[in-house]
Amino acid sequence: MASDEVKVIGAWASPFVMRPRIALNLKSVPYEFLQETFGAKSELLLKSNPVHKKIPVLIHADKPVCESNIIVEYVDETWSASGPSMLPSTPYDRAIARFWAAYIDEKWFPSLKSILKAEGEEEKKAVLAQVEEGNALLEKAFIDCSKGKPFFNGEHIGYLDIAFGCFLAWLRVTELAGGHKLIDEVKTPSLSKWAERFCNDPAVKPVMPETATLAEFAKKIFAKPPA
Amino acid sequence: MADEVILLDYWPSMFGMRTRVALEEKNIKFDYREQDLFNKSPILLEMNPVHKKIPVLIHNGKPVCESLIQVEYIDETWPGGNSFLPSDPYQRAQPKFWGDFIDKKVYGPTRLIWGAKGEEQEAGTKEFIEMLKMLESELGDKTYFGDETFGYVDIAMIGFYCWFDVLEKCGNFSIEAECPKLIAWAKRCMKRESVAKSLPDSDKITKFVPELKKKIGIE
Repeated sequence: MASDEVKVIGAWASPFVMRPRIALNLKSVPYEFLQETFGAKSELLLKSNPVHKKIPVLIHADKPVCESNIIVEYVDETWSASGPSMLPSTPYDRAIARFWAAYIDEKWFPSLKSILKAEGEEEKKAVLAQVEEGNALLEKAFIDCSKGKPFFNGEHIGYLDIAFGCFLAWLRVTELAGGHKLIDEVKTPSLSKWAERFCNDPAVKPVMPETATLAEFAKKIFAKPPA
Repeated sequence: MADEVILLDYWPSMFGMRTRVALEEKNIKFDYREQDLFNKSPILLEMNPVHKKIPVLIHNGKPVCESLIQVEYIDETWPGGNSFLPSDPYQRAQPKFWGDFIDKKVYGPTRLIWGAKGEEQEAGTKEFIEMLKMLESELGDKTYFGDETFGYVDIAMIGFYCWFDVLEKCGNFSIEAECPKLIAWAKRCMKRESVAKSLPDSDKITKFVPELKKKIGIE
């Protein structure tokens, strides 16, 4: 058994699972992708993440690492020689990157999910406004963090690019479903260009689902049971 | 040029306590500024416009928000003395996991224990004990969560200790009976100057909770 084997337990549609996959790709680390069946949890998952029983889990040399952003940092530190650093070099800039990653998980993504689940025009309007407010904050954050470079992390994709960019496919699905653009050249010009660069990156393209495929999947999982 | 370190905080906050402990552990002199969360100051709103929450650490005019992010920032900015996190990547990932666990799973139930009644309160108590037992299992027989070193998870969790008395009273249970190792751990931590300086007395918290409930409009 290879002592350095890397496995990722996950699912193709999960934005959180995309994070470690992008990180591993950026560091050119080969890994085995073990897909969970939607609606069921494997023995390996339950054994590797007994506390939360959630994906993604990275298993490196049989040792599990859980929580997607923690996994990204782990990958960055473990394979530090294999690619540029995913976090900025100063403690302050690192704190800012971590702050926005936490904001995205705690506030922004829950609002985005609410759009798909919203019932009625009033509720939809309210959650849309929340997401747009968040996008405006993130547009400013991008300008501050990137300092004129192509990514939040500067020259290269990093921790915050991954933390936010993993949601782009779901964002596009939400835009289609709602008939409402969320990230575009008018409202969020910098983010709009960044999104295109991010999605076209060779480390991202293989793991970012096609919008149409994801939209089909979304219809299935959000389908309301027959009355 | 001397560092200017300001901490915007609220004395009963177990999150603020994390940052206080971290600064004390590194012997950093800081200007503690008590905040009125019911009448937020201009500096709080300016330095944490996104969440408008404490604690906010302001280092040479630049704000760092979110308590665990502040703890890591303090560790990286003032690397002398004890490191709060190990240097090995796998060893670093474990404390970060548990810090995240405390935020996601331990804090929520405490609000139900002191803030809710009946079934909701009972559910909160049950959940809290379950989460504490998971933490206790992680602690095992170690001196600290960081093994021989007082570190990130110890800092993340110790602020909850001064809330234990009021939680036990509200929820009608004994944390020591459920998690004796955790209580022993907490008492060891309280012997550290950084912790003793940073945590208010339990009875201050116990007196404070009914006042807080009135202020936020809960019976």
